[in-house]
Amino acid sequence: MALQDKDRIFTNLYGVQPWGLEAARKRGNWDGTAAIVQKGRDWIIEEMKNSGLRGRGGAGFPTGMKWSFMPKQASERPHYLVVNADESEPGTCKDRDIIRHDPHTLIEGCLIAGVAMGAHAGYIYIRGEYFNESVVLEAAIAEAYEAGLLGTNAAGGGWDFDLYVHRGAGAYICGEETALIESLEGKKGMPRLKPPFPAAVGLYGCPTTVNNVETIAVVPTILRRGAAWFAGFGRPKNSGTKVFCIQGHVNKPCNVEEEMSIPLRELIERHAGGVRGGWDNLLCVIPGGSSTPLIPKSVCDDVLMDFDALREQRTGLGTAGVIVMDKSTDLIKAIARLAAFYKHESCGQCTPCREGMGWQKRMMDRMVEGRADVAEIDLLENVTRRIEGHTICALADGGVWPVQGLIRHFRPMMEERIAAYKAKHVVPVAATLPMAAE
Amino acid sequence: MSEPDHFAFDEASEAEVRKFLARYPDGKQASAVIPLLYVVQHQMGRSTGSAWVPRVAMDVVAARLGMPPIRVYEVATFYFMFNMKPIGRYHLQVCGTTPCWLRGSDDVLRACKDAGHLKGYGDTSPDGLFTLTEVECLGGCVNAPILAVDDDYHEDLTYETTVALIEKLRRGERPAPGSAIGRQTSAPIGGPLTLTEGAE
Repeated sequence: MALQDKDRIFTNLYGVQPWGLEAARKRGNWDGTAAIVQKGRDWIIEEMKNSGLRGRGGAGFPTGMKWSFMPKQASERPHYLVVNADESEPGTCKDRDIIRHDPHTLIEGCLIAGVAMGAHAGYIYIRGEYFNESVVLEAAIAEAYEAGLLGTNAAGGGWDFDLYVHRGAGAYICGEETALIESLEGKKGMPRLKPPFPAAVGLYGCPTTVNNVETIAVVPTILRRGAAWFAGFGRPKNSGTKVFCIQGHVNKPCNVEEEMSIPLRELIERHAGGVRGGWDNLLCVIPGGSSTPLIPKSVCDDVLMDFDALREQRTGLGTAGVIVMDKSTDLIKAIARLAAFYKHESCGQCTPCREGMGWQKRMMDRMVEGRADVAEIDLLENVTRRIEGHTICALADGGVWPVQGLIRHFRPMMEERIAAYKAKHVVPVAATLPMAAE
Repeated sequence: MSEPDHFAFDEASEAEVRKFLARYPDGKQASAVIPLLYVVQHQMGRSTGSAWVPRVAMDVVAARLGMPPIRVYEVATFYFMFNMKPIGRYHLQVCGTTPCWLRGSDDVLRACKDAGHLKGYGDTSPDGLFTLTEVECLGGCVNAPILAVDDDYHEDLTYETTVALIEKLRRGERPAPGSAIGRQTSAPIGGPLTLTEGAE
């Protein structure tokens, strides 16, 4: 059974109603916030653990546990909450809707999360391209201050909390939490080695927790309605509701909040008008944003949309950006364009990524033409394995997974392309040799 | 237009600078480097019609924040949204990443070239009105394809609607951002299928 409207957290996802405080209060935001704040840190963290919420930014780490890593004892170093609103994973546009249409869900969540991690200040790092969204968010924060919901004794709960917006300037890498912290400190967005983890040494060297927008924005409703309510949706360990972004070759692309573990086919057919040309016209789906390996139609037929079901298929829920491709797609080109994306966005700090993303892109460009040797498919696969896991952050992992997914499921398509090229062109002997060093 | 001899924040910019500096703890003013570079770029757009960041302005930012100039240069060049050379009056930014490409970003690109008289990415039109840039995923994928004009997203575009948009810009109009086919933001075509309880 599909999720009912009464169980949707983002009741203004499409911006049909105003985003402002008055309308937000009517939607139930900021209701009983003081009481939640007064229940204190341990209660909030315990409830979050019981709710089963896993981070909505892609990695799916349990939120309550993450919060519990912040130091228990206050020291001279302040604690910080940092909200990752650098939504840049291709295929993902859910946080945008939360920020521009339901900003008070996020702001209220920031206060409560601040209490849970002992933070009196929070920064929302929003991607630079979301300029209009940042204008709304800043106006919503100003409203909240005006109404006493932020600042000294925020919302009357006895906890002081300040919240600021910080705009990035167009770098995918700043979605990586330590790169984001570097950027927030006024530097290039280059990831830091971990450990130390941000909970020990984060923003300005102080204990910091970085959470995704959606993760923070669902917190107030979970605490109002109870952990058991949230945990009642989805399969065990995959709890809750989730905003999905359904796009590509569907009849009606859209964002929608649904129950976790909904079958992929139902998600597409119920909410996005089905695959263009019908389900049988489906070629494959990238289920969780560009970094997650594609799954062919045979898997799409009955796979569930949650962390564990997709992991079993050697892909992931990621950010739940569902990119649908029908049989008209030049799939090799679609994946090559992602390879180009990762080359463009590599920060250049680690050699396997800096050199590897460019090499992979050039190789994929030749695979699009078919100007390659069949043996080079193995070479490409082999090189992606040497990149994966050999860098400071996960950008390069996310950069090679789409290519690995292509090879895993559509190798015959790549071989056909190469054969077609060879049939059309007289290939000089030298050109048939692997051109790995190009 | 070339590198100016001099840059100083004007009154409107100074107010912005003060607002941004207040957001960071004492001694952490360097955090304001990205915000201040935006202030520079907007002021250049306001005063010269070309929103970019000249080197002299980076030096002003460095002095204001107590940073070595090189630290400001490296930030300005690391991030993609700062224009390191003059651009046209309108910055046409075509998203060419896979989700937009699947929905026809090639048509949007072609329309920009045709209607804006642009040779390709990186080009500025002879009349100085338009600069064309390919950008990576803009994060509006369910409304693909997208063309960002300066800070505004124009969504659900086709070749024809992109041409019409550019013609309007040429006439000095500023079309409202959002869906070109009248969609309610990210709801499906034809109107929301969820969140309808309580609605009329």
